[in-house]
Amino acid sequence: MFCRCEVAFGGEPNTRVCPVCLGLPGALPVPNKKAIEFVLRTALALNCKIAMRSVFHRKNYFYPDLPKGFQVSQYGETNPLGYHGFLDVPNAEGGIKRIGIRRIHLEEDTGKLMHLPSGGSGVDYNRAGVPLMEVVTDFPPDINTPDEAREYMVQLRQILLYLGVCDGKMEEGSMRCEPNISIRLEGAEELGTKTELKNLNSFRSVQLGIQFETRRQIAVLESGGKVAQETRGWNDATETSFAMRLKESENDYRYFEDPDLIPMEFTEEYIESLRATLPELPLAKYRRYMADYGMTTKEAGVLTGDKHWAGFFEQGVALGADPKLFSNWMNSELAKYLNETGQVIHADLADDHHALSKITPNHLLGLIVLIQDGTISGKTAKDIFREMLVSGDQASGILAKSNLTQISDDEQIKAWCKEVIQNNPDPVAKYKSGVINVIGFLVGQVMKQSQGRANAQLVQELMKAELENA
Amino acid sequence: MLTELSAVELAAKLRSREVSATEVAQAQLNRIAELDANLGAFLHVSPENVLEEAANAQKLLDSGEGGALTGVPIALKDNMCTLGLPTTCASKILENYIPPYDATVVGRLREQGLVLLGKTNMDEFAMGGSTEKSAYRSCHNPWDLTCAPGGSSGGSAVAVAGSLAPLSLGSDTGGSIRQPASLCGIVGFKPTYGRVSRYGLVAFSSSLDQIGPFGRSVEDVAAISDVISGYDHHDSTSLPNAGMDNSGLKDGTLKGKRFALPKELFGSGIEPGVLSVIHETIDLLKKEGVEFTEVSVPSIAQAVTIYYIIAPAEASSNLARFDGVRYGPRIEGDGHIGSAAKTRGELFGHEVKARIMIGTYALSAGYFDAYYLRAQQVRAVMAQDFEKIFAEFDAVFSPTSPAVAFKLGALDSDPMALKMLDLCTIPANMGGFPAISLNAGLSGGLPVGLQLMGPVMGDENLLQLAYSVERAMPAATVRPRL
Amino acid sequence: MAISFDEVQHVARLARLELSNSELLIFQSELNALLGHFSDLNEIDVTGILPKPHAVSMHNVWADDIAEVGLTREYALRNAPRSRAGLFVVPTIIEE
Repeated sequence: MFCRCEVAFGGEPNTRVCPVCLGLPGALPVPNKKAIEFVLRTALALNCKIAMRSVFHRKNYFYPDLPKGFQVSQYGETNPLGYHGFLDVPNAEGGIKRIGIRRIHLEEDTGKLMHLPSGGSGVDYNRAGVPLMEVVTDFPPDINTPDEAREYMVQLRQILLYLGVCDGKMEEGSMRCEPNISIRLEGAEELGTKTELKNLNSFRSVQLGIQFETRRQIAVLESGGKVAQETRGWNDATETSFAMRLKESENDYRYFEDPDLIPMEFTEEYIESLRATLPELPLAKYRRYMADYGMTTKEAGVLTGDKHWAGFFEQGVALGADPKLFSNWMNSELAKYLNETGQVIHADLADDHHALSKITPNHLLGLIVLIQDGTISGKTAKDIFREMLVSGDQASGILAKSNLTQISDDEQIKAWCKEVIQNNPDPVAKYKSGVINVIGFLVGQVMKQSQGRANAQLVQELMKAELENA
Repeated sequence: MLTELSAVELAAKLRSREVSATEVAQAQLNRIAELDANLGAFLHVSPENVLEEAANAQKLLDSGEGGALTGVPIALKDNMCTLGLPTTCASKILENYIPPYDATVVGRLREQGLVLLGKTNMDEFAMGGSTEKSAYRSCHNPWDLTCAPGGSSGGSAVAVAGSLAPLSLGSDTGGSIRQPASLCGIVGFKPTYGRVSRYGLVAFSSSLDQIGPFGRSVEDVAAISDVISGYDHHDSTSLPNAGMDNSGLKDGTLKGKRFALPKELFGSGIEPGVLSVIHETIDLLKKEGVEFTEVSVPSIAQAVTIYYIIAPAEASSNLARFDGVRYGPRIEGDGHIGSAAKTRGELFGHEVKARIMIGTYALSAGYFDAYYLRAQQVRAVMAQDFEKIFAEFDAVFSPTSPAVAFKLGALDSDPMALKMLDLCTIPANMGGFPAISLNAGLSGGLPVGLQLMGPVMGDENLLQLAYSVERAMPAATVRPRL
Repeated sequence: MAISFDEVQHVARLARLELSNSELLIFQSELNALLGHFSDLNEIDVTGILPKPHAVSMHNVWADDIAEVGLTREYALRNAPRSRAGLFVVPTIIEE
């Protein structure tokens, strides 16, 4: 955040450090503009008010993983970059619940404390100084159940990915959740003492953790005890929480404006220019797909789940594809293939384990056009598709090189019909006697003859005609 | 004698090949070896490094790539990070600390081929006004070895006053360059806040600290200011148009210049001997055409108070990084908390601990508004008051220090008196104004400094005025006998 | 406003300074002397005045998001009182 060390996951300890993030004497901070923009854009996406004048504060406390003996953060009600916003989250009954967002502020991460195998602890400062965006939900809390907490996290993560400000990998720590949980006695006005839960590395842990904590607190109260205000860690293996340290209510952070950092002042124009960079957000997109394309909630949900998936879809539609056909192909064949091979459809998603697929919206469009104009049959399309995935060639190209064109030649089909009729006297007799469905079998036989290439509809028509004459 | 020459004179002789950089450096090293045991100006001198740098400087001179001060030796206060050289801030908590990077200012000096002579003595972490708070050795005023040189940049002042170096750099938070300059009879300059990068200056009070030069003449100080000033992207508080250009230094005149005299700095808090010398100077300058007008700045009365709230508050936070984990010695205690507390408790000196305590208190819950916030508000008023004065006047004129050099140990039992010595110098730091101290004469055989303060970014004008004032004062260039 | 011995202890704890009782007493008296002096803080009217935490009036000082190489691990660990396996070794973490 305040130095120019690279941000990455993993790597040898203390190899991405500098005087600034090590907190060496004399080092000074200079804020990363992009981090500020990321937070502002997130604040806009979460319907927050923007602090047109915003400053950094020092939060003073001592811990070995805190190199300067203070953390640069943002204090105050209306000073954080974003404040007083909300996120609408689908609830179980099919409606929405509005979760209030108290503040979104920017701060820096600490180093990582690790236990040494031989005893004692060691610190790796690679992570110290990485920009952290903290989104704090409102108090008194709007989130009342573990399910709501999970749903909130899911929606928030989706928005963050849509905005491109975070990769949302809880298992890598690029997104963290620290719920503050308390119990309120039935009929009581006051909320109980809260505990903070840390080390939750997945949505599942968040849900289980909140559930466990709730039950634990209830058990404490029911046995006549008092809930201690503390920070507790989550143990995923045992699915239990454990006491970490007494919440430092004793700790006076002595916040004051950081004298090494210059205040931020934003103009309306600048904020609006950032607002213009916001993509259509997941919920809006989801509703639009249902309204404009008549999609079901499931279809719209699958398409908007990931912004690149939606992007692929929208590109296809922009190129002229039939939305329903296009989305069907995406959500069935394409999705299946990507799942099997681990390939992805956007460079942003590619890494050492996930290769970028050769399929572009153009490829899929090309294929669908061939289906729509009758050049190939549905079955042929699937074959071509498989070829396309491997070679990356356009459908028309693949078609030209093969002999997979749909056969719509009347003469050819008539000939096949005649042949099938000749070879299948019993079914023909059945048809003549009034069992009309039998035509399906006869058409099937022509399809077999043509290796699936005959235009099925045409076969149907011509077969009917031939049967009249038979 | 080489060591009596000014930096500008040395630079000229170096350029004309009359002397070599090695000769110049060796002359200073010899004088240091001869005198510093009694002066205590330096904490670290590494002759091999010095001679190596001199040789490199000579290469620059030989190839014609030299700058204005190439080959000139300079001493640095030991709170500026020097790659490969110890930087202790005169504290035990940084004993044997060798920074892995150069302060930006140091980089600029190296680039220009100045020769880093060594690191100078100071009050621990720049907290003090006499250099008596150094954890390593005592520092003595060349005018009277039983007297303090002032502080916190005492070592840098003594180095220049005692001709151990033609130039030195110090840092000024509430007067730590100007006050020792005054007590040692030399020129000390604190530029506009933001014109000299603080990157690599071990922070005391971030919003007040500024690096500045000592020299035996305004011309020298102006020349080095051109080298050290400039925008630095590593320092967020660095001004965009920070670089100074003092090429017009000698073009000024005193005729018709308007100096403001704050009556609060001419009252009972100032020693009669000091006032007398300053008044003589005023008379002298009137003859040169300067118009003096008395003004009143009531906020000055709170100067010491707000300084002793704001600076310790910022310092208490800046010094939190000294926990024995990443650098410095560690004294093991009970777990990580015990070790940090023991390390800090034992290795910080008393004055540093006292300031951390008052700073922590002033920021703590329940007291923040009454002390820290209020002090920053008074600061705003003070800055505004002086800005109004600068709208009408060319400079503010006053004594630099209410007293001349005092005997070592004399103020031990009166810490408040020591603090009050910053009265005249604090306002410049509060508003970020440039300010300079020149020798105005002697009182009881000890130097009296006069201070000129100018508006923000008015450094070149201020130095021009200072140059003209210096020329008008025969006392300005008096030297101590060592 | 005088500072009590308890408050002095609390401040020392906040500041992570291990002080003997006699030191604490000395600091208590020094702090009280200073605080007495600070009473003049109220002599000036500051209604409506914004605090001035900076000497400069600038805004929006930022750096571009371009990574730069920092210190090698060797340099980073060079001044550490104790290091092992590339880490800064710290005393046992005892939770408060």
